[in-house]
Amino acid sequence: MTQGWGLTGAARIGGAPLFGPLTLSLVPGGWTCLLGASGAGKSTVLRLLAGLDTGATFDGEVRAPARVAFMAQTDLLLPWASVADNVTIGARLRGVRPDLARAADVIAATGLAGLADRRPAQLSGGQRQRAALARTLMEDADLALLDEPFSALDARTRAEMQELSARLLAGRTVLLVTHDPAEAVRMGNRILVLEHGALADMPPPPGAVPRAVEDPAALAMQARLLTRLRAA
Amino acid sequence: MNRAVQGIVAAALLIGGWQMVVIATGAPRYILPPPADVARAFIENAALIASHGSVTLAEVVIGLVVGAALGAGMAVLLALSRTVSAVLGPILLISQAVPVFALAPILTLWLGYGIMSKAAMAVLIIFFPVASAFYDGLMRLPSGLADLSQVLGASRWRQMWHLRIPAAAPALASGLKIAAVYAPIGAVIGEWVGSSEGLGYLMLLANGRAKTDLMFAALAALAAMTLALHWGVGRLAARLARYGSA
Repeated sequence: MTQGWGLTGAARIGGAPLFGPLTLSLVPGGWTCLLGASGAGKSTVLRLLAGLDTGATFDGEVRAPARVAFMAQTDLLLPWASVADNVTIGARLRGVRPDLARAADVIAATGLAGLADRRPAQLSGGQRQRAALARTLMEDADLALLDEPFSALDARTRAEMQELSARLLAGRTVLLVTHDPAEAVRMGNRILVLEHGALADMPPPPGAVPRAVEDPAALAMQARLLTRLRAA
Repeated sequence: MNRAVQGIVAAALLIGGWQMVVIATGAPRYILPPPADVARAFIENAALIASHGSVTLAEVVIGLVVGAALGAGMAVLLALSRTVSAVLGPILLISQAVPVFALAPILTLWLGYGIMSKAAMAVLIIFFPVASAFYDGLMRLPSGLADLSQVLGASRWRQMWHLRIPAAAPALASGLKIAAVYAPIGAVIGEWVGSSEGLGYLMLLANGRAKTDLMFAALAALAAMTLALHWGVGRLAARLARYGSA
């Protein structure tokens, strides 16, 4: 049988082992949340899947599509370009004509209708991250890699962005790297904890994502995850 | 205090200090003319200064435009290709060890007594500051944007055009501001070596005839021109800097 997207192998930095050997499998068409302390290697996993330079030596196999979409903690919007130009930057960087009608749809879907001509500096932090999400959606990639994209937002905006992302990325394979147990229990169809170089598969709470912030099972799970992260 | 008031205060201090030096040293007029003599010489020779000044201005503007274009183009070329930068980088650096002033006689020999040899001096003098400032900017693409462009599948050239060049606009701006001050130096040196027109030529001419006040008037015109260029390029640079950063 064909395996889903993911990776199998071990990574080392210099001579020291970073993680593995391990196998990470992403939920096809769903959200996989990767939790772990700083320096555990979460971002290395994400960068390997993105085909980016990691600074680590990886022995093994990366299973990722040729085209992925990528969203980072900072919005990475071009300060000199309008929201519309930022959303369509992927096409222009590949030398293809941007699909402006689709860009308008994506901008509207992310709640930025009417702001398409604004520069990033004229947007709030939440609006900027919506624009980054719009750029990610515009890529229409099979695999979306999200590297703590909501961690710099205030609690309310973060919850809104989680719900918006879950809705707009529904049906796609998503890897969400996060350090926030609350985010993992809201968003994860699969919750993985990377600690001491190994992956632990934590059973997610029942229910579809995004789970309600007040969901008792999710809250209990969040507490267990936090306890585990603190013990690590 | 706004910029205009600052400028007036600075000019008043300069002229006042100059007058005090004249009084304190008792220097003869043909060594250090007082400000009033220079102002009179300026007004009496306004047409002469204007005609020579326009020649120098043309040399400087041609030099600035061509030098900035060549410097910026070279920076893009160096940033695009490791091979090019490995070959040309050291050559450019060595070329900077040749004093540009020493090239002035050669340029006059090659390009003649007219405007072109002076514009070429200005080009040579500003090429390196512009190229090096812009190149530094082009090579400092924030790592997040480099990641993003790689994930988005950008070619090297499109990454240059859509990301590196706009992001380096503030660096180019600071190179251009330096160039605006350097370019007149190149033009005047060129005029000293061989010319029949321009403010540098006028200064030599006035010196030969012991018209020190006219020499100073030409110098003042040159300083005013340089300040105006610095201001104009500064405005352009501020727009470039805003483009790249906000």
